Amino acid sequence: MKDLHDLSRYPLRLEGPDRPMVSFRNVTKRYGDLVVLDGLNLDVAEGEMVSIIGPSGSGKTTVLRMLMLERIQGGVIYVDGAPLSHMERGGKLVPANSRHLRAGREQIGMCFQHFNLFPHMTALGNCMEGPVQVLGLSKQAARERAEDLLEMVGMIDKRDEHPARLSGGQQQRVAIARALAMRPKVLLLDEVTSALDPEVIGEVTEVIRKLVQKYRLTIMMVTHQMGFAADISDRVCFFYDGRIEEEGAPADLFSNPQKERTQQFLSAVKSAD
Amino acid sequence: MFDWKWDFAFEILPRLLGATLNTLMAAGAGYAIALVLGLVLALAQRTPVRLLTAVVREGVEFIRSTPLVLQIFFVFYVGPQFGLRLSPWTAGMIAIGLHYAAYLSEVYRGGIEAVPKGQWEACTALSLSTRDTYTRIIIPQALPPALAGMGNYLVGIFKDTPMLSVIGVAELMHTANAIGSEHYRFLEPITMVGVIFLMISLPAAALVRLFETWVRRKLGMIR
Repeated sequence: MKDLHDLSRYPLRLEGPDRPMVSFRNVTKRYGDLVVLDGLNLDVAEGEMVSIIGPSGSGKTTVLRMLMLERIQGGVIYVDGAPLSHMERGGKLVPANSRHLRAGREQIGMCFQHFNLFPHMTALGNCMEGPVQVLGLSKQAARERAEDLLEMVGMIDKRDEHPARLSGGQQQRVAIARALAMRPKVLLLDEVTSALDPEVIGEVTEVIRKLVQKYRLTIMMVTHQMGFAADISDRVCFFYDGRIEEEGAPADLFSNPQKERTQQFLSAVKSAD
Repeated sequence: MFDWKWDFAFEILPRLLGATLNTLMAAGAGYAIALVLGLVLALAQRTPVRLLTAVVREGVEFIRSTPLVLQIFFVFYVGPQFGLRLSPWTAGMIAIGLHYAAYLSEVYRGGIEAVPKGQWEACTALSLSTRDTYTRIIIPQALPPALAGMGNYLVGIFKDTPMLSVIGVAELMHTANAIGSEHYRFLEPITMVGVIFLMISLPAAALVRLFETWVRRKLGMIR
């Protein structure tokens, strides 16, 4: 096992036209003694829509959080060919410093279960903040970009409202526009419909469907909505106990699961519906 | 026994009003120092540098656990032994500013900690710099819950300015005391000082509450 932690085993970059947009290589994540993910290997192709399902505590949300919010304890994560969790120093990979992480994460957007919009800014202000402060766009350019995206998610009429005056579904649509305003190569959706009332889930899934079908954005989505995942994903990964227990095209995985754990999980979810 | 003399009261009024100006200046300058320094102390306790955090934490505890009047004495009378020769005004401003900075840093800290974790995560997800995260997202949200505490300490610092009289700053209390000694009459000057304090403190507290509501509305926190 020791050689897995030898960083010289990992390439400095992933090259070639077929290289994955996101690549997890032997990634381990621990909180203290608790191993949440153990030697995760997962590649996501450019333009691919991958859904991550599984019981709570299976590590599925951690997969997204490692890309955006947390450091890893083993392995290497690559985004668009370049290492994210690590950086090159003198021909070798070393753990990334915070500047490298921030730069790498500029290519990634993330939406959260509880939206996390900035409450003191309007919908428009939320969508302009990143482009102006981080990308250095002029206010005018950022406004145009934000308005285009708010139009796309159907929130242009509410551009001047603060989040407190928007419904959950509306807030989540603004949050998606805010993430897209950074022009990310990868979008992470962390249970974006879990906190919504049933009647507004549709308005958010419609937006996501548009992103997949019209814009071919690379998306990793953690979800509890099996029907939606089956409908929209190129691939579904079932997580159990910090590992990918089973993965495949939604038609195969949902209608003909091979592993016992997958069968148990899917039938439990089905009977709950 | 209770012989209030109106003519004496009117005679000393201009002197007391002049001293009121000094009191207001002392409170204003001290509060300005405390507002800025308090924020520095609060942010210093959030840096990843453990040693700095610990030193500031202990320093704040030390200041909050010792009397203000002692700190005023210390800066003014002990300072010169370390080559720090300050006028009563400067020494007083430093002491009272530092004292209230310690209290305000706790108010800021509470406000910052009240901002939900999801806001920090949203900042990370947008790749905002640490500086932008604080100045544009966290502090504007930490402010409204902190305003009530900040207002309390504004009135507090104003009421604590008489302590500056111990090192001879010519504020209200010092002036009233001087008038009393000159005329052998304390009833009028001391009573008038009380009334003046009341007439400033009460409206100030109300104004602070109005300001709080205004800020919340301005930030879109309430409709």
